[in-house]
Amino acid sequence: MARIITFSEAIKEAMQLAMRKDENVILMGEDVAGGAEVDHLQDDEAWGGVMGVTGGLVQEFGRDRVLDTPIAEAGYIGAAVTNAATGMRPVAELMFNDFIGSCLDEVMNQGAKLRYMFGGKAKVPLTIRTMHGAGFRAAAQHSQSLYGMFTAIPGIKVVVPSTPYDAKGLLLAAIEDDDPVVFFEDKTLYNVKGEVPEGYYTIPLGKGEIKLPGNELTIVGIGKQVQTALDAAEQLTAKGIDAEVIDPRSLSPLDESIILDSVMKTGRLVIVDEANPRCNVATDIAALVADKGFDYLDAPIKRVTAPHCPVPFSPALEDIYLPSAEKILKVVSEMIEDDTTVTM
Amino acid sequence: MKVSEETVQGITAEKASWMYQKMCEIRKFEDKVHDLFGQGVLPGFVHLYAGEEAVAVGVCAHLDDNDSITSTHRGHGHCIAKGCELDGMMAELFGKATGLCNGKGGSMHIADVEKGMLGANGIVGGGFPLAAGAALTSKLKKTGAVAVCFFGDGAGNHGTFHEGINLAAIWNLPVVFVAENNGYAEATPFEYASSCTNIADRAKGYNIPGEIVDGKDATAVYAAAQKAVERARNGEGPSLIECKTYRNYGHFEGDAQKYKPDVEKKSHLEELDALRKFREYIASEGLLTDAELDDIEERVDHAVEVAVKFAEESPMPAEEDLTKDVYVSYETHDRGDV
Repeated sequence: MARIITFSEAIKEAMQLAMRKDENVILMGEDVAGGAEVDHLQDDEAWGGVMGVTGGLVQEFGRDRVLDTPIAEAGYIGAAVTNAATGMRPVAELMFNDFIGSCLDEVMNQGAKLRYMFGGKAKVPLTIRTMHGAGFRAAAQHSQSLYGMFTAIPGIKVVVPSTPYDAKGLLLAAIEDDDPVVFFEDKTLYNVKGEVPEGYYTIPLGKGEIKLPGNELTIVGIGKQVQTALDAAEQLTAKGIDAEVIDPRSLSPLDESIILDSVMKTGRLVIVDEANPRCNVATDIAALVADKGFDYLDAPIKRVTAPHCPVPFSPALEDIYLPSAEKILKVVSEMIEDDTTVTM
Repeated sequence: MKVSEETVQGITAEKASWMYQKMCEIRKFEDKVHDLFGQGVLPGFVHLYAGEEAVAVGVCAHLDDNDSITSTHRGHGHCIAKGCELDGMMAELFGKATGLCNGKGGSMHIADVEKGMLGANGIVGGGFPLAAGAALTSKLKKTGAVAVCFFGDGAGNHGTFHEGINLAAIWNLPVVFVAENNGYAEATPFEYASSCTNIADRAKGYNIPGEIVDGKDATAVYAAAQKAVERARNGEGPSLIECKTYRNYGHFEGDAQKYKPDVEKKSHLEELDALRKFREYIASEGLLTDAELDDIEERVDHAVEVAVKFAEESPMPAEEDLTKDVYVSYETHDRGDV
């Protein structure tokens, strides 16, 4: 039987394998080692990141390759850009994706554009690992899902894994990649377990996966919402509706074919994205299918997203902020209520 | 209570009573939050202020509701010192509709604009420009109000430190920047993450006064803040005060704090304790009797219990609150579900 580990362990393992394979790979970020220069912490019990994801790396690779930074995102993310452009292959941890507010210039105006502005004469093999996602009661400044913002920026690649297996293979691919990649880790997935092989493997960026095959309805999920889509699909099966669940895995580049092929087969599309609804990835995918797959559609495209408001703190509100299987079922019933070929 | 005789720091018996009460409110509120979080009652993250009481109280002793403060992710102490009600604070931490922010903000965004408390902040370094902005309002409207920016030693290395303080200095704004140097930014020691020996040393670069005080000593903070607040009110511009302090708990609840040496932790929790020190000062100056001090503690114990009960019994926000207060007004011409 294959080995079962958590999403968090899969990410740490990818970091270990990448750092063993290539000495140019380093990790930097706030407390990614933890307790820098505290004598009694040089060897063990250092934090390993605020959620413990990188715990143990400093013991194996030392403080020269696992660098604690001041709480100064513009400083170290900016430094990581040219650290990458001048021969290293850094992984910089932006603790929460919300903190991009403190360093967007370094990512958007520097890292993303160097290669193009310099006529293709530079490359920026930088990976930014960052936590996202609501459901942790972490309120408005620690819970957003900002992958759509980065997807809109040419020059940056965007990866959002949904399983431990994908997280490991995609992170290794992101680190190998010669372009800047923002790698999103949903903080509520860290303890989710799944089958993960021990060795080094990569999953190509820009290649989605069918997580559940089906014929009557396509549900595209992003990150954690792939699981919400699978939960909905299970309930739909009980109602006699055969749903296919697609995980694009990377949003930039986006595997357009896997989505269009699926809609060609099913004729119906629901996109589940926990980001706010305006200009998000669900909207982008809806536009793609309206543009290139209009003739395949038997029903309007539906998006299940967060509402147009910040992430609330109160559990009572945060629970209804997030997409759910129930919300997916509701839009599906709207999509098929006038369709006599399907009964629900 | 004894006659309100002036001491060297100008701390009257009445002021001492207020300060001791606020310090006790902070300590007992935070100890209670620590217990509740440990029991799994409170959602989310909490970052506790216990141990640093002398800073918030020593500074806010010079402020009224017209003055503004900006706070940090460790904001409960600033709230209490600025006069926020314990009931509304506790309810906010529970995510209840009766909370100071109607349950929308939680611990990291707790605020009370009417009290001049412009919010705890989830973004390290968020407060520097925000305080400068509030001070600009005071300057332009000639209100005489002062803005205080509380920030941690971690924020001292953030880019906003430079931009906010420089702006306040060139515009001669009535701001007091108060560093709460508790020795650790999360788990990272100050000495590792900062190129300076003292945060206050950086004041030189902005041509503003920079003073270092014992942040565990409420009287020392009080005296330094008095000068800086007066200076700001008199139109003489911003100041920087660095308070050397210590947090009794971890960066957040759940932090095992292995980066703190045991000896250091013990001395701060015991002989260097800010409440103990201030109580001793009050007694040595004869400002209040032991009975009066004990009475304050008992009243605060009761107030914290009342706050918890209020929070527990309060309702959760309603579903329609989710999308309320995103804007003041917003006309969507929404067609609803099609």
